[in-house]
Amino acid sequence: MTLTHYLVLACVLFAIGATTVLLRRNAIIVFMGVELMLNATNLVLVTFARMHGDLSGQVMAFFVMVVAAAEVVVGLAIIVQIFHTRRSASVDDVNLLKS
Amino acid sequence: MSGPLLAGVGALTGALPTSVPASLTELGETSTGETVLFWVVAPLMVLAALGLLFARRAIHAAMCVVFVMISLAVLYIAQDAPFLGIVQIVVYTGAVMMLFLFVLMLVGVDASDSLTETIRGQRWIGLIFGVGLGALLVGVVTRATYAVPVGLLEANAVSNPVGIARLVFSDFLFAFEVVGVLLVTAALGALVLTHRQRLSRRVGQRERADARVAAGGSLTPLPAPGVYARTNAMDVPALDPQGRPIETSISRVLRVRGQERGVADVAVQLGPGEHGGGQVDRPTPEAGDPGETAGPTTPITTGRGPEVVP
Repeated sequence: MTLTHYLVLACVLFAIGATTVLLRRNAIIVFMGVELMLNATNLVLVTFARMHGDLSGQVMAFFVMVVAAAEVVVGLAIIVQIFHTRRSASVDDVNLLKS
Repeated sequence: MSGPLLAGVGALTGALPTSVPASLTELGETSTGETVLFWVVAPLMVLAALGLLFARRAIHAAMCVVFVMISLAVLYIAQDAPFLGIVQIVVYTGAVMMLFLFVLMLVGVDASDSLTETIRGQRWIGLIFGVGLGALLVGVVTRATYAVPVGLLEANAVSNPVGIARLVFSDFLFAFEVVGVLLVTAALGALVLTHRQRLSRRVGQRERADARVAAGGSLTPLPAPGVYARTNAMDVPALDPQGRPIETSISRVLRVRGQERGVADVAVQLGPGEHGGGQVDRPTPEAGDPGETAGPTTPITTGRGPEVVP
């Protein structure tokens, strides 16, 4: 087994995450799809760090994790606010800005 | 100045088993143990990720994502990145997914998807796009030519956290500080977003009491139901001083269920000439009207027998 297997696994996870974002309506599940994509990217970064013998990839993955944590905090706050005003967590119902 | 400090940390962490000993062979192949681990964990991860895509309930999807993230931490540790593996567990499964679960509880566990399509054919277009994206990425990744993997034995010479710390606090120092600013901003943003302005005055105990007095009705607690020696019953109404049953004394639940009983149901049926409980046969005067003070002549009907007719 070579390190390419890790990259293939990360690609599959990324594609599944992207499909989740496209197909699901529940805003929370859509958000989890985004998290899955970020995680797949992290796996690629860690694998490349090992491939090149350079820890910079791991540092980048670390930064991705921190930014993802911040993003989750703000995103979930927005979802909670939308749920309080619209009583729904579906992304289809958020069409207030539609002419 | 940071040299001795980092060396001290290295001496501290160097004693711990910080990474899986075996790494890569000369040709860049992984060890047998890592291969087995990968082929056990990777299919499960893909299955769990598909669970996120297809689970009807949001809570099941969240559990699937938790599984994927823990498996990713295992793979990180197997890939000579123990620091990231621990951070993955602490940050993702510990903080992020718990936040997701809290919001799921807040929004409602049963917040499942509607399956009606708002855009026609969106489901198939999305599936084709996803499969196409996966095929494209896998194709690129498998067809690219890589140099022979180096492995992290040299970079992790002191230990993995020390190596990462050296990079973070030298090359990536500015990015690190910007990330700190980002975190503070995100925390403030979440506070501002979830802050709700109170549009009406707070209703306290005093306001509630005033409203109750203004609305009229009974200010005291409702009377307790009649509990009699013979039936010990919560379902029999209490009697007011005039001997009439008080319907409100029975629990509302029992009334709704139709499980209440009347006073007549529990009264002892006495034959003519019989006396219940050694009562003295004494003529009983008429009951007075509500509010009228009838003094000692007011009869007290206990429900144990028919009224004694004088």
